[in-house]
Amino acid sequence: MGRKLLFDKAHIEGIRYYDVYRANGGYGSAEKALRSMTPDQVLDEVKKSGLRGRGGAGFPTGMKWSFIAKPEGVPRYLVCNADESEPGTFKDRYLMEFIPHLLIEGLLISSYTLGCNSCYIYIRGEYAWIPDILEQAIAEAKKNGWLGKNIQGTGFDLEIYVQRGAGAYICGEETALIESLEGKRGNPRIKPPFPAVKGLWDCPTVVNNVETLAAVVPILRIGGEEYSKYGIGKSTGTKLISACGNINKPGVYEIEMNISVEEFIYSDEYCGGIANGKRLKACIPGGSSVPILPANLLLKTAKGEPRMMTYESLADGGFATGTMLGSGGFIVLDEDQCIVKNTLTFARFYHHESCGQCSPCREGTGWMKRVLQNIENGKGKMSDIDLLWDIQRKIEGNTICPLGDAAAWPVAAAIRHFRDEFEWHVLHPEEATKRNYGLAHYADPLQIAAPAAV
Amino acid sequence: MAEEKKLFKVKIDNISVEVEPGTTILNAARRIGGDIVPPAMCYYSKLQGSGGKCRTCLVKVTKGSEADPRPMPKLVASCRTTVMDGMEVANITSPEVQEARKGVVEFLLLNHPLDCPVCDQAGECHLQDLSYEHGADTTRYEFKRRTFDRIDIGDKIQLHMTRCILCYRCVFTADQLTEKREHGVLGRGEAAEIGTYIQQSLDNNFIGNVIDVCPVGALTDKTFRFKNRVWFLKPVDAHRQCEDPKCCGKTVLWMRGDEIFRVTARKDQYGEVEEWICDTCRFDKKDVKDWVIEGPRKIDRHSVISQGHYVGVHKPKDTLVEVLDGRQPKLLLDIHNISEVNRPEIDLSKIDGPAHSDDFNKK
Repeated sequence: MGRKLLFDKAHIEGIRYYDVYRANGGYGSAEKALRSMTPDQVLDEVKKSGLRGRGGAGFPTGMKWSFIAKPEGVPRYLVCNADESEPGTFKDRYLMEFIPHLLIEGLLISSYTLGCNSCYIYIRGEYAWIPDILEQAIAEAKKNGWLGKNIQGTGFDLEIYVQRGAGAYICGEETALIESLEGKRGNPRIKPPFPAVKGLWDCPTVVNNVETLAAVVPILRIGGEEYSKYGIGKSTGTKLISACGNINKPGVYEIEMNISVEEFIYSDEYCGGIANGKRLKACIPGGSSVPILPANLLLKTAKGEPRMMTYESLADGGFATGTMLGSGGFIVLDEDQCIVKNTLTFARFYHHESCGQCSPCREGTGWMKRVLQNIENGKGKMSDIDLLWDIQRKIEGNTICPLGDAAAWPVAAAIRHFRDEFEWHVLHPEEATKRNYGLAHYADPLQIAAPAAV
Repeated sequence: MAEEKKLFKVKIDNISVEVEPGTTILNAARRIGGDIVPPAMCYYSKLQGSGGKCRTCLVKVTKGSEADPRPMPKLVASCRTTVMDGMEVANITSPEVQEARKGVVEFLLLNHPLDCPVCDQAGECHLQDLSYEHGADTTRYEFKRRTFDRIDIGDKIQLHMTRCILCYRCVFTADQLTEKREHGVLGRGEAAEIGTYIQQSLDNNFIGNVIDVCPVGALTDKTFRFKNRVWFLKPVDAHRQCEDPKCCGKTVLWMRGDEIFRVTARKDQYGEVEEWICDTCRFDKKDVKDWVIEGPRKIDRHSVISQGHYVGVHKPKDTLVEVLDGRQPKLLLDIHNISEVNRPEIDLSKIDGPAHSDDFNKK
């Protein structure tokens, strides 16, 4: 069994409620921080822990917190990004739904560290029932003196507000989220200035993912030094992975970042292998926007080392032969899945979710979707594949926010690794529309790579 | 004596310029001028917060600053990136920038109807200039372009979203120039459109400026629509004492003969208005008697508008007879002498309506 830090008490019945949470050591970290530590000491612990942002980019949290501007007389804000809309990612939902107090405790400690007196949870509109759970938890915490004025007699004030989004993926981008929170159209802002200097209502703001903020609780419980001993190298601690696709046991798993991808897919503790006795074809290990990898490159890096579930190992080889850990939306595709169709699904999503502010993304995402639609429906041309490559190249890096990159990467990786499947679609248009399985031989190297699975 | 401000030294395409801290790369390039100025479709120096959206002004920062000489990893929007001391920027010297710009122009033209022959903006359209310089000959887009219905914004302005490139300039204009904001963007992504909610008419006295700021033909002057092509008109500087204190009263009259076809604000070489004008000047003062004419407007010689060659035109003093040294013009050949097709007895001017073959078949 892997060690757990966030979900170690998730199985306890009633952990959603304050009494059970408190009885199981809940708010112990907050008590420790508020009573016996200064904000700088907490920041030191977080820095020591090596915690990295769990929302996708993997930026060191302690460093992000230390960037926040501290002008006199200007309020600072902490915003919790719960706008989890990446296809394949549903880890925050589980956390907020079942252990809401963990998030609230994390927010309390983080706000204390940053010196914020107001904190916002910006939650995805489609998670319609979760704000109620959070608000109930906030009310419980308030009743027990963990929120409001003069928390536990320490003189620290904090209010947490839950704000529902209106269903836009783009509002998961931190500056678009801030715009949306201010009541405006959710268009990403042009950086600089960064939110740490000019964020919500032009005040210094830190935007962090739900999981990142929740991870602050175990860091204070066991200490930053101890936390950094979990995982490998710079990928410290545990990570929530939401696994889905053709696996036996889809769900949210907390992993210590020291297991291999192979172990994660095939061991019974986690995904339990590929469903229906099929073979692994490809995998998108970090949510829809990270590059897709074929089975052989997924299990072993180009250098022949086993690939681990860490930020570094998954990114090994760059975009040529690697991918990213991203937000931990682990999508597994078996040999019957069509990569073209899968890429079209993602392209359609990004086309639908583009905010329309800057031209490459607004026009390019729709173009890619239409070209892919043609290929998928047996109307493609050979030149369309090169055209797709050219379009994605011109979107990537030329947009205001990372949505353009996120739209370009899946298309680029699919063509890079599965070009013959696109060609097969073009050459066999009739077969492609009737028997949409794509080509299966990407799974071939598996027999050598994963003997344990048999 | 005040202490002199420290100036930042910037190199753009190997040309050095010293600018004040806080200047953007684009404005630094404009200080140098010429070919190295990146094109800008959405940035408008008079509108706060504009820019960064169209991505045509992307440049490569090859050296961040004197203190931190690392190059910036991505191309940056020059209209929103401020200069640092010792910064080195590559615009036309970088193939990467040219390639990216070509891509952006292709994206901008993807859903643009390219109806320049019937568009009132043709001849002074920024997108037209941009695609002329950076665009490809043909499109690779094989799908139906998006279209929108034309919307009347008030009785003087028409919005044709099909042509819009979503630069947001008009949104900023409506927001910053008029007292109440009624102009914004609706929808998302490809479906995004400029709209006045429930087509509320914008009857503010300064809303006409959205026509001037629009880089394409999406917002047009209804009092001028289809009246004339801009290159057939003669732009003259004029002014009048305007009743509105916020209006400068300095305009350009677009005339043909003694008739004023339209009135616009004065625009500089980057197509930005020098000072805003009110709608009374723009739409209602179409009589020469209302204006004090200063003289012909200087138009860049590369512009199609300068095709009229109205500057420095003088009436020749000599008559034809004088030029011919006393020779008289003579008829060389009467066509009717050699052709039976032409029927001199049929006078075209006497035919009622258009001429028809029956008119010639009459014996």
